[in-house]
Amino acid sequence: MARHRLRFEKTGRAKYLSHLDLMRTLQRVFPRAGVAIRHTEGFNPHAYISVALPSSVGMESDCELLDFEVVDDTPLATLPELLTAKLPEGIRVLKAYEAPGKVKELVWLRLTGTLEYDTITDTADMAQKLDTFFAQRPLFVTKLNKKKEETQVDLGPMIKELTFIAAPPHKVTLHAVVAAQNPSLNPSLLLEALRQSAPELAPDFAAFARVEVYDKDMRVFR
Amino acid sequence: MNEKLQRILPRVQKPARYVGGEYGQMTKDPANVRVRLGLCFPDTYEIAMSNLGIHILYGIFNGMDSVWCERIFAPGADMEAELREAGISLYGLESGQSAGEFDILGFSLGYEMSYTTVLNMLDLMGVPIRASEREGLSPLVIAGGTSCYNPEPVADFFDLFVLGEGEEVGPELVALYDKAKLAGWSKSEFLQAAAQIAGVYVPSLYHVGYNADGTIAAITPEPGAPERVSKRIVQDIDNAYFPAEGLVPSTEIVHDRVALELFRGCIRGCRFCQAGYIYRPVREKSRDTLVEQGKRALAYSGYQEATLLSLSTSDYRDLSGVCDGLLEFCEPRKIGLSLPSLRADNFSIDLMRRVQKVRKSSLTFAPEAGSQRLRDTINKNVTEEALLNSLQVAFSGGWSAVKLYFMLGLPTETDEDVVAIAELAHKILRAWKQHATNKNRGVRLTVSTSCFVPKAHSAFQWEAQVSMEEYSRRVALLKESLTSRAITYNWHEPETSFIEAVLSRGDRRLGPVIEHVWQNGGRLEGWSEHFNLDRWTAAFAATGIDPHCYANRERGEDEILPWAILDTGVDQSYLWQERQAAYAHRLTPDCRDTCTACGVTRLGMGVDCCG
Repeated sequence: MARHRLRFEKTGRAKYLSHLDLMRTLQRVFPRAGVAIRHTEGFNPHAYISVALPSSVGMESDCELLDFEVVDDTPLATLPELLTAKLPEGIRVLKAYEAPGKVKELVWLRLTGTLEYDTITDTADMAQKLDTFFAQRPLFVTKLNKKKEETQVDLGPMIKELTFIAAPPHKVTLHAVVAAQNPSLNPSLLLEALRQSAPELAPDFAAFARVEVYDKDMRVFR
Repeated sequence: MNEKLQRILPRVQKPARYVGGEYGQMTKDPANVRVRLGLCFPDTYEIAMSNLGIHILYGIFNGMDSVWCERIFAPGADMEAELREAGISLYGLESGQSAGEFDILGFSLGYEMSYTTVLNMLDLMGVPIRASEREGLSPLVIAGGTSCYNPEPVADFFDLFVLGEGEEVGPELVALYDKAKLAGWSKSEFLQAAAQIAGVYVPSLYHVGYNADGTIAAITPEPGAPERVSKRIVQDIDNAYFPAEGLVPSTEIVHDRVALELFRGCIRGCRFCQAGYIYRPVREKSRDTLVEQGKRALAYSGYQEATLLSLSTSDYRDLSGVCDGLLEFCEPRKIGLSLPSLRADNFSIDLMRRVQKVRKSSLTFAPEAGSQRLRDTINKNVTEEALLNSLQVAFSGGWSAVKLYFMLGLPTETDEDVVAIAELAHKILRAWKQHATNKNRGVRLTVSTSCFVPKAHSAFQWEAQVSMEEYSRRVALLKESLTSRAITYNWHEPETSFIEAVLSRGDRRLGPVIEHVWQNGGRLEGWSEHFNLDRWTAAFAATGIDPHCYANRERGEDEILPWAILDTGVDQSYLWQERQAAYAHRLTPDCRDTCTACGVTRLGMGVDCCG
């Protein structure tokens, strides 16, 4: 396990970076900032870094975690400023610290989302219908597995909290705590559930953001 | 960001290509600049951002206080469909503002197959594609790059072309534009003045007349326009701008590494090679400059790989010195160094081993022709013996992947020459069997062929291209001659090469053809999945153009070629003399050996142009 951890945010234009793009960018920022970090051994050495929860393209986040290991004498406290200055627009390092626990202890993820309805005016009614829809258990959605076969997944156990609040004139906001990993609940599955079982509730556009991460007992994970 | 765009981006492939915001991007306050410049590249982000010229020009133009230069690249097919559907016009990556509002749109034209993409990009910006339909001073649509040495097929669409290296002409031209904008000049006043800048070609100031047989009768300049336009070059390459502190893409591109330009030009004089003639004379960067620029660019970018760039890397005189200097920096930092386009004749095992210490890739050679006779004809000074010696060294050093590139359809090529490619490949296999240190790993020998495209300003500019059927026959012949299963044979289909041959030596009558192809869906045609020969055939038919007259016809010495008034510095008489030498299978020594008086010293180098 790498000993050090960064918390960083990914907002604005940077939210369109894929997980691999983000990894590439974060690998390059250390040499840019003149900070030596641990590399993999072997024929083709590369920076040993790992982002806790790969996110899908378009997801903003205030709570991304990166594990790495400084091998020179750069004080961790100087890293946020050093690294942020060398990162593309939208990626900002908030804190660097000794990793207190393993990423596998990260269990829950708080999300917010904005659902946009171009033709609906009664957003309060829509928010209520969404609450009702997502209260059903089990909550099945059909998705393709890695072998491209259709499988049924019950989203119920992956949702800890899920509420909708009207944001007139055309939006409904989502506030949720969902499973972070093994498996994680990709919020696009919530939209997919609507498209499959209640298409009249499906928004014309939706965007999500990660707000906070927690352990199994809902303590903030760092 | 535009709300409509926000909705689109999550749906398209690799949206990071369409948002800008990378490390090193330049943003300025539009209120503080007078000229908004769009640096346009008619291909997708991955290709555009891999082009060193784009990075150089981006840095140079943004270094001008009065100018904000932004990037505008071609969207992929999915993004284009979304943009059109949503009614969003193509925008600058930095500001997100519609590029149609910019003052100058400068295209990098490096490849004929990108012409339809240029039209498509202009259309996506809401800019009329024909220069004659753009009455105002803005947007001024200009181009630079290799294709501008014969830009006649796209002369209808551009206001002017820049010949040669853009480092100096670019700022002069933009400064003139700035002046014209402040003084309220008309477009024609500006173009007249621009034509006085050396290296600027304004096609609307020249009238082309044709003979009854379709050949050109005369190219007549309007009063005030220069008789000939000569290319511009950077004389002091050591002090030329290098983008060490430039853009670093966040998303993966094709050449995702630091590129160090060893030298411009080439000493070799391969007769088929347009680049070998048009980029003359050779101008080398010094070892110290290269090492310093390499260190600076690596430290700035955080890239884990650097490569050396030139037309013929092993002709750089202090290649060892440069590699040593760079490796000293790279090795402790685990940065890889790669050496492309090595020649077979002076391949150095020592160098190879040193570079290999960090990372290893496959070896690539381009003998271009299989027989010594044909290699002499094209003046490719590579002997079979040298190639086999180099490979013997490489195989005993543990390398086991070799790629060989050839052209089929070179002037004077016979079936014997085609079969000789197979014979050479089999000899290489035998060399591997004899010298490989680790035979268990097997050998990967790849032979690739493409169809020769005669290019303007080369010694073969008068030649006929072989027909597509003939190329395919030679491919089949080579295929059956390559009997070993250890050899992989890849060949380019001839359709694209045929269209390249039409466009690369085309004239202004091809404008309507290109427009027709674009209107019928042609774009991003450098990508095989987007290229369609039928679309071109239909366009030729609709416009009454015989493409074979451009691709497959041999020109006479006295014929006025469409690019006759465009001057690379190399004399036409020299090229003709080189063509004669080709038919006599006579070698011409390289520039470092003997000056063969090609004429390029006319450009006023005042230095030893032999590198």
